Amino acid sequence: MNKPVATKITDVKERYKSGVLKYKQMGYWEPDYEPKPSDVLAVFRITPQDGVDPEEAAAAVAGESSTATWTVVWTDRLTDSEYYRAKAYKIERVPGSSDQWFAYIAYDLDLFEEGSIANLTASIIGNVFGFKPLKALRLEDMRVPAHYLKTFQGPATGIVVERERLNNFGRPLLGATTKPKLGLSGRNYGRVVHEALKGGLDFTKDDENINSQPFMHWRDRFLYCMEGVNKAIAETGEVKGHYLNVTGATMEDMYERAEFAKALGSVIVMIDLVIGYTAIQSMAKWCRKNDMILHLHRAGHSTYSRQKNHGVSFRVIAKWMRMAGVDHVHAGTVVGKLEGDPNVIRGIYDTCRENHVAKNLRHGIFFDQPWASLKKVMPVASGGIHAGQMHQLLTYLGDDVVLQFGGGTIGHPQGIQAGATANRVALETMVKARNEGRDIWGEGPQILANAAKWCMPLRAALDTWKDVTFEYAPTDSVDYVLTPTAS
Amino acid sequence: MRLTQGQFSFLPDLTDAEIKKQIQYALSQGWALSVEFTDDPHPRNTYWDMWGQPMFDIKDPAGVMLEVTACRKAHPTKYIKVLAFDSRKGFETVRMSFIVNRPAEEPGFDLVRAEGPGRQINYTMRSYASAKPAGQRY
Repeated sequence: MNKPVATKITDVKERYKSGVLKYKQMGYWEPDYEPKPSDVLAVFRITPQDGVDPEEAAAAVAGESSTATWTVVWTDRLTDSEYYRAKAYKIERVPGSSDQWFAYIAYDLDLFEEGSIANLTASIIGNVFGFKPLKALRLEDMRVPAHYLKTFQGPATGIVVERERLNNFGRPLLGATTKPKLGLSGRNYGRVVHEALKGGLDFTKDDENINSQPFMHWRDRFLYCMEGVNKAIAETGEVKGHYLNVTGATMEDMYERAEFAKALGSVIVMIDLVIGYTAIQSMAKWCRKNDMILHLHRAGHSTYSRQKNHGVSFRVIAKWMRMAGVDHVHAGTVVGKLEGDPNVIRGIYDTCRENHVAKNLRHGIFFDQPWASLKKVMPVASGGIHAGQMHQLLTYLGDDVVLQFGGGTIGHPQGIQAGATANRVALETMVKARNEGRDIWGEGPQILANAAKWCMPLRAALDTWKDVTFEYAPTDSVDYVLTPTAS
Repeated sequence: MRLTQGQFSFLPDLTDAEIKKQIQYALSQGWALSVEFTDDPHPRNTYWDMWGQPMFDIKDPAGVMLEVTACRKAHPTKYIKVLAFDSRKGFETVRMSFIVNRPAEEPGFDLVRAEGPGRQINYTMRSYASAKPAGQRY
């Protein structure tokens, strides 16, 4: 390990002499600092360049994500600069790693504008990720104090009110994304929506890249989708919806599309993460005002959330999205085709759904996080899942989740309606069995096989996809494992 | 048509023994059971008639089953559902809802389309049964 370098300079004249100082000398490393309950806390995974002292690297992260610049400036003396400096207060070596450390940093509440994810992130992930003395940097987790949370609206609707509006209780919701994602005309697209909803799904969904292309302009899509939705409601007596993606080039476009969705009686609209934090917050406020559920597709997140050494972990994005005010967020499936270590996914689901998330390093949760009654976000499990995994999905993900079977509905050999029915029967069967006290983890396949005796669509689904699994090692896993302790 | 509101409407109708197991589950979670009935199953009819108050103090599934049976006897041709209510902070809402009685004939809903400007359609769902006055439906 590198030798620690100089510590904080307390002599004022020395401290403010023109020139360049170490960040530790400037006061960004405070090992004795006790974080205040109102501080925003962040833990970063840092990989210092060779020869860079990790304490100095942590101090640099604190500096560059708060008040510092590369050289001493006399204008610091015009403020209470001690107060505004972020403070790196602890580093810990990443278990099993020789060159990575977890750096804990505290930020005073006054560094941030109330109710603004854009402002929060401009500091925390603003300049600092390109900082040369670090090879790589990852924001692993944050503790957002209740003081700050209370300045955010939070989810427009929340899980409880969403369920009450949909009159849908006691089981996961079911959805499907219309496929093919691109190329269908409005009329053909609405056909898929109607078939899937009539067959038993609660929701259908636009995909992230369906906006307003030459093959299907947005008004046409909205009109045909709502015909499909309403026809299915009349045929089943259930409240249903289609996530109408209102993502557009400008806020004006998005408001126009959302207003039209409202005029057509849609219960839900959708946006993509790529529209940006400010646009997301604007849509969340619009949805709260207009009794609309807000679905967020996390398009783009894997560019920065997946690699363990650099970027922002998705649990932090999920946290920001709960503050920003979305009602649904794609949060992983564990068993499907997309990235998802079970422990990491658990940490993300807890972040979406719990009133208080306790520190749990095995789930990647580094801090106690009280949610101060911010509403709960419904996680969405989507990507390569099918009816044959229902016992695993229910065990891993619980009741408050939307299970989205896109290919697993539309690719059914007997058609879309049959695909939807297979999923709905598998789900209801599994919930009923669990409530009856059966061991669905162990008996799941048999429980499904029994239901398939009277439900032909389920039998066909199980036959088609019985052996489909996606078993690859996750790239984003947790660093802390349970080790037995001597009793 | 078959009204598919509730947790288990895609399964064969639950037997009394199966209903009792679900009630047992709800009680084990600390939830209060209640029974509601209606002759107007419109998807947005939130307030079905209450068969008495939620049974906050009944902890025995057999006691809840007595109420289910009594409601069925009084309203054999109507929709009846069992609800489980969770009063814990953060929920304070219904946690389970499943149908335990339904009419032999379910005529379903008429979808009324009112054409508006710009190809816009305003949709209204009307239950065929509720075209008749209350008391004469089903």
